[in-house]
Amino acid sequence: MSAPLLELQSVQKYFPVSTGTLLRRKLGWVKAVDGVDFAVWPGETLGLIGESGCGKTTTSKLILLQETPTGGAIRFGGEDISKLQNQELMRYRREVQVVFQDPYSSLSPRMRVGDIVAEPLEIHTNLSREALHERVAEVLELVGLQPEVARLFPHEFSGGQRQRIAIARALATHTRLIVLDEPVSALDVSIRAQIMNQLEHLQQTLGVSYLFIGHDLATVAHISHRIAVMYLGQIVELADSLELCTKPLHPYTQALFTAALPSHPDQRHEKVTISGEVPSALDPPSGCRFHPRCPHAMPQCARDPPVSKEAAPQHAVACHLY
Amino acid sequence: MAALLRVSHLQTYYSSFGGARVVKAVDGVSFTLGEGETIGLVGESGCGKTTTCLSIVGLLPSAARVVGGSIAFAGEEITTKRPREMRRIRGRQIAMILQDPMASLNPLFSIYTQVAEPAYYHQAIRGRPLRQRVQELLRSVRIPSPAVRMREYPHQMSGGMRQRVVGAIAMAGGPKLIIADEPTTNLDVTIQAQYLEVLKDIQQESGVALIFVTHNLGIVAKMCDKMAVMYAGKIVEQGSVRDLFRSPRHPYTRALLGSMPKLGSKDPLYAIPGHPPNLAQLPSGCAFHPRCPHTMPQCVSQEPEDRYIGANWTAKCWLTDQQAQEEYVSAIA
Repeated sequence: MSAPLLELQSVQKYFPVSTGTLLRRKLGWVKAVDGVDFAVWPGETLGLIGESGCGKTTTSKLILLQETPTGGAIRFGGEDISKLQNQELMRYRREVQVVFQDPYSSLSPRMRVGDIVAEPLEIHTNLSREALHERVAEVLELVGLQPEVARLFPHEFSGGQRQRIAIARALATHTRLIVLDEPVSALDVSIRAQIMNQLEHLQQTLGVSYLFIGHDLATVAHISHRIAVMYLGQIVELADSLELCTKPLHPYTQALFTAALPSHPDQRHEKVTISGEVPSALDPPSGCRFHPRCPHAMPQCARDPPVSKEAAPQHAVACHLY
Repeated sequence: MAALLRVSHLQTYYSSFGGARVVKAVDGVSFTLGEGETIGLVGESGCGKTTTCLSIVGLLPSAARVVGGSIAFAGEEITTKRPREMRRIRGRQIAMILQDPMASLNPLFSIYTQVAEPAYYHQAIRGRPLRQRVQELLRSVRIPSPAVRMREYPHQMSGGMRQRVVGAIAMAGGPKLIIADEPTTNLDVTIQAQYLEVLKDIQQESGVALIFVTHNLGIVAKMCDKMAVMYAGKIVEQGSVRDLFRSPRHPYTRALLGSMPKLGSKDPLYAIPGHPPNLAQLPSGCAFHPRCPHTMPQCVSQEPEDRYIGANWTAKCWLTDQQAQEEYVSAIA
């Protein structure tokens, strides 16, 4: 087996919280990401799923080098990305790209589509004008748009087409990993399937890896090979997508599945087992962070934080039940 | 059972440039809703779902007007009512829950004031009974310790709690019909599931009828008895949720169901080609024909009418028409 493309090792990100303007008093830390381990392999889609405030987006920012981790290490192709400099740093930024949720705010309304897609190429390569145009036309065609649209402005496109432009921009620099931060949740249902099929097709032809962040279980499960379930800054379960769907082990994952909407009215309804809301990351519960909402909580859960272990082959879960 | 709401051939048009340009946002929509029933109004953005609902509550923007058809609520025609009469219906008989609870709650008033308002005006409750009523309402939407929470302001509550407050406000006037316009779009999955359970409980306790506007077919499968699929201002298929999920007749319904990812299945999704049409320049014939996998010549030239598939099940599609289909088959052969 080859080496993982991206590897996170007990990555932490703490944000300080302070009060007052003159006499700043430190209140504590928000542990947005607290000991996250996972790996993305070449050509693989890893789904990262969790509720708002669980640290999904902070994790993606750490990977994109928009934040520096408080602890732990992120390796890309074996190299620690916090130690990259100059040329190597530029190479990393070229090979790792991002597609955001809202294609209405992630494309500059004052730039033509061709310039938007060409911008990363201008920064990262020294292609001639003609070669640049050729590459732009090539990636636009890859995502199912006509090369002629390069002359147009983003407002002339629908949401789905804009998301295609954002994907084209992410692909332009021969990218190896794309962080997809809820790329379909702002789109209409009929367009969602188009974009998801397109993403799958691009992966098959180009071998690019995806980190697919989302909160809709069915969508993430459909596109991902493996899924990591995140809760309050920690990965509570990581397994093959189909295995996770058929045999969720962690009570939180199980709760997510009972909360998921049925795909057919005849589908059996289980009563929602999860109550309450995600606690504040400023003051996370002791022991297992899920214990105040967990239907199976034991005395041990409030005391000791569970360690992630392999409950089944390729199926890691952090829970005292296993 | 008498229908609580009967919408027939409703047409709501937006006109601009002094009527030089007309957008037919709702064009001949008919459906009925019995007491305590739930209907899901499904479709993509811009298909006329919200305009249909705004026509019912009489809150259309100034550019839009109901130009045809009728809306009968509890046997009374409401499209011709004057604003003053509508104010007595809105809140008391028909309530609405909007998508964004942050925008539909006033940040300057306490939860108590906002929940009490409909009960104060529509049911003339005052003083201590009003306070009790507010607590009762907050309890009915499962807000813990209502006596404390009612003194709080919207910013002190989480998104899920705020949306529950909006639900309590909707219930405050004792309505017979609640229109919920994408009520859970901004909520997390577990919070959404909790909120939907709350709505179901409220409905069982009070027997209120619900119109669910959504593009999420999962919500329809979970919550609704009937569903109506809208496309380009028209209902292309409607019937019971079971029938439509089991054997959808209109290609658009089939396509929507096929494009929905299912848990535990990796089967490729059906992607509907193209994108929703511009309502100002609709395609000829059946508006869905440019995106339909079964287009026949008739679809381009002539608009299909409603055809009955079952007792309460209609579809607007030439495929359901025997003669049209035979002609098509013989034309190919």
